[in-house]
Amino acid sequence: MRFAVVVFPGSNCDHDAYHAAKEVLGQEAEFVWHKETDLRGADAVILPGGFSHGDYLRTGAIARFSPVMDAVKRFAAAGGPVLGICNGFQILLEAGLLPGAMLRNRGLKFLCAHVHARVEQTDTPFTLACRPQQVLRMPIAHGEGNYFTTPEGLRTLQENRQIVFRYVDPSGHVTEDANPNGSLESIAGICNERRNVVGLMPHPERACELSLGSEDGLVLFESVMAAHASGALAAAGSASA
Amino acid sequence: MSATPTPSHDKAALERHGLSGEEYQRIVKSLGREPSLTELGIFSVMWSEHCSYKSSRVHLRTLPTTGPRVLQGPGENAGAVDIGEGLAAVFKIESHNHPSFIEPYQGAATGVGGIIRDIFTMGARPIALMNSLRFGELDDPHVRRNMEGVVAGIAGYGNSIGIPTVGGEIAFEECYTGNPLVNVFCLGIAKADEIILGIAKGTGNPVYYVGSKTGRDGIHGATMASAEFDENSAEKRPAVQVGDPFMEKLLLEACLEVMKTDALIGIQDMGAAGLTCSTCEMGSRGGAGIDIDVMHVPQRETGMTAYEIMLSESQERMLLVVKRGREREVEEIFEKWDLHAAHIGEVTEDGLMRVRERGQVVAEIPTGALTDDAPVYNRPMQRPAYLDEVQKLSLTERPAVSDDAALRALLASPAIANKRWVYRQYDHMVRTNTLVLPGMGAGVVRVKGTNRALALSVDGNGRYCYLDPYRGAVLAVVEAARNVACAGGEPIGATNCLNFGNPERPEIMWQFARAVEGITAACKALDLPITGGNVSLYNETDGKAIYPTPVLGVVGLIEDASKVLGRSFKGSDDAVVLLGDTRHELGGSEYLKVTQRLVAGHPPDVDLTAEKALQQLLVAAAHESLIRSAHDCAEGGLAVALAECAFDTGGIGLTVDIPAVAAPDAWLSTSALFSESASRVVVSAARGQVEALLARAKALGVPAREIGTTGTDRISVSIEGRQVLDVAVSDAEAIWNTALEKHFKQKAA
Repeated sequence: MRFAVVVFPGSNCDHDAYHAAKEVLGQEAEFVWHKETDLRGADAVILPGGFSHGDYLRTGAIARFSPVMDAVKRFAAAGGPVLGICNGFQILLEAGLLPGAMLRNRGLKFLCAHVHARVEQTDTPFTLACRPQQVLRMPIAHGEGNYFTTPEGLRTLQENRQIVFRYVDPSGHVTEDANPNGSLESIAGICNERRNVVGLMPHPERACELSLGSEDGLVLFESVMAAHASGALAAAGSASA
Repeated sequence: MSATPTPSHDKAALERHGLSGEEYQRIVKSLGREPSLTELGIFSVMWSEHCSYKSSRVHLRTLPTTGPRVLQGPGENAGAVDIGEGLAAVFKIESHNHPSFIEPYQGAATGVGGIIRDIFTMGARPIALMNSLRFGELDDPHVRRNMEGVVAGIAGYGNSIGIPTVGGEIAFEECYTGNPLVNVFCLGIAKADEIILGIAKGTGNPVYYVGSKTGRDGIHGATMASAEFDENSAEKRPAVQVGDPFMEKLLLEACLEVMKTDALIGIQDMGAAGLTCSTCEMGSRGGAGIDIDVMHVPQRETGMTAYEIMLSESQERMLLVVKRGREREVEEIFEKWDLHAAHIGEVTEDGLMRVRERGQVVAEIPTGALTDDAPVYNRPMQRPAYLDEVQKLSLTERPAVSDDAALRALLASPAIANKRWVYRQYDHMVRTNTLVLPGMGAGVVRVKGTNRALALSVDGNGRYCYLDPYRGAVLAVVEAARNVACAGGEPIGATNCLNFGNPERPEIMWQFARAVEGITAACKALDLPITGGNVSLYNETDGKAIYPTPVLGVVGLIEDASKVLGRSFKGSDDAVVLLGDTRHELGGSEYLKVTQRLVAGHPPDVDLTAEKALQQLLVAAAHESLIRSAHDCAEGGLAVALAECAFDTGGIGLTVDIPAVAAPDAWLSTSALFSESASRVVVSAARGQVEALLARAKALGVPAREIGTTGTDRISVSIEGRQVLDVAVSDAEAIWNTALEKHFKQKAA
């Protein structure tokens, strides 16, 4: 399977996503520069973490204008699986591929630590290999991961089962203390209505090797590989359409 | 020089430039005429203490700088050592003390930016940052504000550019209140045969300027860093620069891409003394001249003079010398990254740094005059009178607090307490190489593409050095090396950052000289070459100097990354083994400071032969998988080290019986628990490995004794059968975890 890792100026987890796909999972992986207009036959697209354009205007706000984003939108519209990690999630929000917005962390500080995220939905291409309610231990590293949306927006997310990950304690319970950044409803990740575009603040690509402290993030990659292998990507794309 | 004849400069002009009358005469002699104003500015920054090392150079010559692994010693942008498989570790530590006091966020941020540039300039991909920070006491709100700014600045820059901050150290002493220390360390990996130097050669080769535009910020920053602070220092704010980590990220990626071509001759960043320093140092190294016109330098403000452009310290700028005929290739790479490479001049064969302003020559100086001919001072030295007073220590009264209360007080001391409030603000995992997380021992990063890993530690102890600069410096070296060895790393290279007061005072110069002697002795004994570093003098506010504070950064090589060790116990029913002997050494200890508000006595003695043997044992034991964890005894002695081995384990405690020490009766238990004797490490080992470990220790002559077992949920310590400590791990850990962040709680939302 072939992963495209989009590189924006200021992306800094691009090498990590590439390493996970290529070296850990043995898949094909390719960097795609943000000025390119073609995803070169990718089966899945990753928008990696980092500080695209320095996050100077607003996280992800400038990256959404990059030429490559038109290609990403076309890819998503065709049902292709797109994963936005951290800054990649923020870019997906700014680009309108996912609903909602990010506020600064509740503590007003950048926070880097391992957290626990519970898988709320297993019918996305990035979670289909998960057990329902599986708790994944993955790192976060962000200053603006406090997910926010309007009451109507939240209702839509809930009705459409678009909340894919929630911050929980190690035993899988949603608690105030387990919510590292003040996110609405402890939301750590969501998907679009069609379920093929997933964004999350935790870093699965940093949790793919035990020597780094966790390999719980592997399941996201394994999910999309399984989806690809079974031809389920189209099914996932069309199921809720 | 043909143009701009200048009258001689008056005393006020020299004072503004931080130049003495003698130094001015030296300039006139070296030029054979009076300097122009631009030339005066150029000399003033190049001959500032910060750039010329004029007070320290005679002493630094004694440091050991060579060894079989050394690929690049001092004198370049950073040092480099061979780590095998054709790769080099490129690393350096640098201070940003003065700017971090004036403007904490930007001062610290630009310090990080500067050290990263030093590393990638060598052709290395930076993969890890560390820092060594010193502040006043945290009950002072100004200190808290300063520390919050410094930590946020380090985080803001490192996180954005995407280089993990994998560890460091923080200390708190009143003497740093008006003069915090911010020392930043960066490590990069390069191919050993592709290290790039800051050199200009090849007559006619074009000189390029890339990066941020030049503004009026930071003019005379290097001169500022070479003067004491007083009540007017806050007015020096315009001399601090503003960092742009995004620009530096683009520069980093673009420069590494240019370096993959062979179109580059040399490259240097514009740090202290900006365009001046980079042009004359590159020319001087290559024995060449450089001819530039400031008209071509991209400028952020209008109406800047040649003087201002040459002395600006605007951040994120690089100077490159490119092979003639390959210009387009290089320009295209920078254009890909939306950077503009400006062609500002050429390499010449006359050995002159020639600066033009719209064609007209405004400065013409032999590059060697600025670098090699800079003044060197052998400043007077005198042993400070305070030493006799502070070295006196008589422990005859009973300790003021119980051992249990002392342990709790020490765990709550900000110097010892969990630093998570700090390191959680740093992205310490980006690039997915971090094998040992901050707070768990030395920082350890793997080297992708190999089985190897590098262990890193930065350490200093100003209090020890205040009491005895020689011994304190020795202790700083051995502690940094020991921390690396505890992770399983063989110490293979070191860098130092020497933070001291005003060298024009004989007592300060004496401290400096003694500390350098200490570093020299320790590094020689450990076969540890110093490959570069930085000297920061004039760390004084209102005439009061900081403690003399040499900080050592040590890099250790772990040949098998799967053998890396951390400080915490790995399971129950392992043997706890103490390596090294405890002596009655409470001088300068954290115990005396915390429980008695006392900074006195002699710091612990170090037997360098024993220390070397201990480190060899640690590396061998890790490599042969004889031990499962290792943690050195530092501030707070054996008791704190034992407690820390139990932290972050999910509550695995220990039951140990530790040896008694020869101490006055009233101090028997206190000394055994809290003495800070050097060369001691607590290790844990699977039962079946203890015999082999003890045999290995015996063969190397390292004192080793099994003192107990891991397990239960209590920290239970006895001395020759008499119980002296019994604390629940959870209680002790709660104190340790929350003590530092409590100081900042009122501000947390």
